[in-house]
Amino acid sequence: MEFLINLILLLFLSAVTVAIIGVRNLFSVVVLGGAYSFLMATLLIAMDAVDVGMTEAAVGAGVSTVLLLSALHLTKTDEAPARHSNVLAIALSVLTGLVLVYGTWDLPRYGDSENPMNTYVGADYLERSIPETTVPNVVTSVLASYRGYDTLGETVVIFTAGIGVLMLLKGRRRKEDEDGEEGRQS
Amino acid sequence: MPLLAGDVEGMDMEGLNELAFVLGGVNHWITVFLIMAGLYIIVSRSNMIKKLVGLSIFQTSVYLLYVSPGKIIGGTAPIIIEGAEDQLYSNPLPHVLILTAIVVGVATLALGLALVVRVNEAYGSIEEDEVYSDGDWN
Repeated sequence: MEFLINLILLLFLSAVTVAIIGVRNLFSVVVLGGAYSFLMATLLIAMDAVDVGMTEAAVGAGVSTVLLLSALHLTKTDEAPARHSNVLAIALSVLTGLVLVYGTWDLPRYGDSENPMNTYVGADYLERSIPETTVPNVVTSVLASYRGYDTLGETVVIFTAGIGVLMLLKGRRRKEDEDGEEGRQS
Repeated sequence: MPLLAGDVEGMDMEGLNELAFVLGGVNHWITVFLIMAGLYIIVSRSNMIKKLVGLSIFQTSVYLLYVSPGKIIGGTAPIIIEGAEDQLYSNPLPHVLILTAIVVGVATLALGLALVVRVNEAYGSIEEDEVYSDGDWN
């Protein structure tokens, strides 16, 4: 059953991705992107990554969609038809895909509790979490306690991005005041 | 030692392993397909918002690449259940790494979209081709 759910969700994901490639209306692209994020969140929960799934649903399907819709409001909603051929892009992505598929032969088997990735550090965190931090959710204890500096770095990244967005859009508002309504015409 | 899933479900271990191997392959191959699709959108489309959506697809496919090997068949979410000593849990470490990646992803998306809005104001277009041909930036 677990396999079946996984497989169906993966096929849905690929179908939505193909639709995103084909559609030219950007509103449709954004809505399909939201559907993609929800499918990804469901898939992550099916793979036991509950915290990641919830974050993806809130941030990927929620915040990202809002950001994209705001950007569409300020720009244009249709994509121009392609001007040049896509042969090079197809060749590049197929080549990358082939190299990556070759790489998957050496990846650990799905669901194997004995693979090296699952036997050392991960298992160690599972054993230490309760005695050392008393937090039952291991993801929380690793995120906030063992890897607290990572999380600090992450907040610095968000802070920097926030400053960047504010500076870019603040300049815009000032320009609009000077130009009057001219900035709104396009 | 954690107990194996086959004992719990009463299923033949051999068959389960076979199935897991095939499914593990499918998992990785669809992840690779998503990476290919994201890369294709980034390279081939000249619309900048579409490019950013492609970048998001590329990023989210990496989540799958990290989380799927951490899944353990018969395991559950890594939240310790009191009194259940034999309970098998999935690997929590990839989850933590991907939590960071999701947040960084939305930060880059926000910054990219702010740049697109500014480009649209300066050039009146969000198509890369038009921006390059219309602007006298060289």
